[in-house]
Amino acid sequence: MSIVKQVNPVAAAELFIIQDQVHEPMHDRFLWGTTQRRNQQAAAIPEWEELREIASRIKEHMLTHLDHYLEEFEHNATKRGAHIHWALDASEHNQIVYSILHDHGVKELIKSKSMLQEECQMTPFLEKRGIRVVESDLGERIQQLDGQPPSHIVFPAIHKTRQDVAKLFADTIGTDPNNDDPHFLTEVVRNNARPRFLAAGAGMTGGNFAIAETGTFMVCTNEGNADIGASVPPLHIASIGIEKMIPRVEDMGVFLRLLARSAEGAPLTQYSSHFSGPRKNGELHIVLVDNGRSRRLGMPEFWHSLKCIRCGACMNTCPVYRRSGGLSYGATYSGPIGVILDPTFDEFKYSELPFHSTLCGSCSEVCPVKIDISDQILKWRRVMAEKGYLPLVKKLSFGVAGHVFGHPEEYHTLQKAAGPAMDHAPYFLLYNNSLNPWTRDRELPQVAKQTFREWYLANRSEDGNVQN
Amino acid sequence: MAQETQTTSRQEILEGMKIGLFIPCYIDMVYPEVGVATLQLLERFGLNVGYPLTQTCCGQPMSNSGDERNAEAAEQLFVDNFKDFDCIVGPAGSCVKQVRCHFDRMEQTDEVKHVRKHTYELVEFLHDILKVDAFPWAEFQHAVAIHNSCSSVRGLGIAKPSEIVGVPFDKTANLLSKVKGLVLVPVDRPDDCCGFGGTFCVTDEAVSARMGLEKAHDQVRHGAEYVVSPDMSCLMHQQGVARRAGLDLKYVHVAQVLNAGPF
Repeated sequence: MSIVKQVNPVAAAELFIIQDQVHEPMHDRFLWGTTQRRNQQAAAIPEWEELREIASRIKEHMLTHLDHYLEEFEHNATKRGAHIHWALDASEHNQIVYSILHDHGVKELIKSKSMLQEECQMTPFLEKRGIRVVESDLGERIQQLDGQPPSHIVFPAIHKTRQDVAKLFADTIGTDPNNDDPHFLTEVVRNNARPRFLAAGAGMTGGNFAIAETGTFMVCTNEGNADIGASVPPLHIASIGIEKMIPRVEDMGVFLRLLARSAEGAPLTQYSSHFSGPRKNGELHIVLVDNGRSRRLGMPEFWHSLKCIRCGACMNTCPVYRRSGGLSYGATYSGPIGVILDPTFDEFKYSELPFHSTLCGSCSEVCPVKIDISDQILKWRRVMAEKGYLPLVKKLSFGVAGHVFGHPEEYHTLQKAAGPAMDHAPYFLLYNNSLNPWTRDRELPQVAKQTFREWYLANRSEDGNVQN
Repeated sequence: MAQETQTTSRQEILEGMKIGLFIPCYIDMVYPEVGVATLQLLERFGLNVGYPLTQTCCGQPMSNSGDERNAEAAEQLFVDNFKDFDCIVGPAGSCVKQVRCHFDRMEQTDEVKHVRKHTYELVEFLHDILKVDAFPWAEFQHAVAIHNSCSSVRGLGIAKPSEIVGVPFDKTANLLSKVKGLVLVPVDRPDDCCGFGGTFCVTDEAVSARMGLEKAHDQVRHGAEYVVSPDMSCLMHQQGVARRAGLDLKYVHVAQVLNAGPF
């Protein structure tokens, strides 16, 4: 059995910040700009808040009738000629995909972006079995060439500068390391990917929405890469999480209005494609994946996270994510949504994530399907505290503080004792001063010579206060 | 005429109310002048204000970290201290949010429910309950940037969060606009978190400091001389960052401005 280590987002985020003066400010500025565009797009729709509410209710309805909609989808998709596969977990998913590829003698696969396939660690699984896997999304391809997972749900390589990409392409494709013109770099990938589309024996996609009523599914991209991948090779395999069900096709009128506006501040993605059964002479396989979702559905405090449509708006608005970079979360899903999804896969490994947040609440307000993300982060902290996963310094100091704060006599004695001896305060009761990192980038506030309580006793105690 | 009668009787009701003054632990120790300003301000409106001497902390540092077990004693003490007051007013959004929103793990007795329902942050108390329309004693000849804390904006609703589509409002700005001489300056990121976040500011020091620095630069860039907030905890952090960075900014609580000191 391998020993699971906790991820350390604090240390990784610090490295992201201190590496230079370029990456973190660029990352913050870009995502902040995206959030501003999102706010403008949302404000242009008077019924925006109503749309969020409707979307949330549709998802809640679907999740509380999931068995029904899954069977309806299977029935209708099968009628259209698609093959439906059911995967209980990541390894079943990978095995199913491999079997399909193997049966068709596929040696090379072109795939568009899919967080679910990331979650299942599908690419290394297939490559170990001799299948070449090529990402066709620009950002994902950059990340693949760099041997890194995506750092953002929608913008996989957003933590990289143009110069980083130019250097990476020079090393991996052999282009000019000094040419960081975006048009040039995009063209490099385009030319690099084109032959792969033609060579691939199969194309894989994810699925943004699976419509039960019609047995069809939708894939939304800006580059059209999913469409080529699904249209050129004879075999199309789509991996879809079971929570992606949408009851009726007309519901898409709600979700499509929310998705791209929330994700990138644009009215629509460039391509919003419906896949309705296999192409002529082609084959379509849909793998419906659970991988912990039905277990999550049974968690009273956390099942709402299954409403997520993977727009990434919570990441863009999150002030902590913007400064940390997505890779610092050490998990498939980063940012606020990652903080509440990742612990459902491994509570211990991801026990630090819920603390990598200020609980500012912006994620909950921006979420197009109204997931109570911020409240769930606090609830995960409670889970971690109950399990004994609180950082040691908090465990020790809260034990003392919890007692002292409950006993006013001891509190006031301690205040008096500490006051003169100490020239600084904030978490004087909670943290040993020598360990307190407050002063690394901040000056300390001065403790007042007289507390408010002392002032009050000197100035107001004769007022006949009810408590005196 | 009828309206006048109503106003008079409302004033009478308010004067008959027992108001509990909630002074959070860090204000007691580090910013007693904010406590003094809050008390004096409430007294200016003829209110009967009492300060329970056995108050300590609302339990937020523990509760916020998910450690409900160690927060319990502080939360119970808070309820015991304030259960006999009609209204409880505290000059700190995040502490008030702790009481109102997060005293949910303890048994919900009538006392607990009463305290949770009637604990107000100072700005919302002045704006929504007292409905103050003038601060004739106050004058502040400075350019002011407002910092409404996340707890106050998204937890208590004292301003419209920028993510929400709707008619903008800002209760802090509304009150400050009644102060003679005071000029409000807009900032680029008014409700982006400053990175204080309670224990976050020490456990996640690098990210916290970077967020605070961005705030301070935003304030300076727009010509603010003062940053005024209903939450001194955010300001404690911002002030520390700004001073270290050598930025010339002063940080005061909204109570100090509305009461004309003490500073």
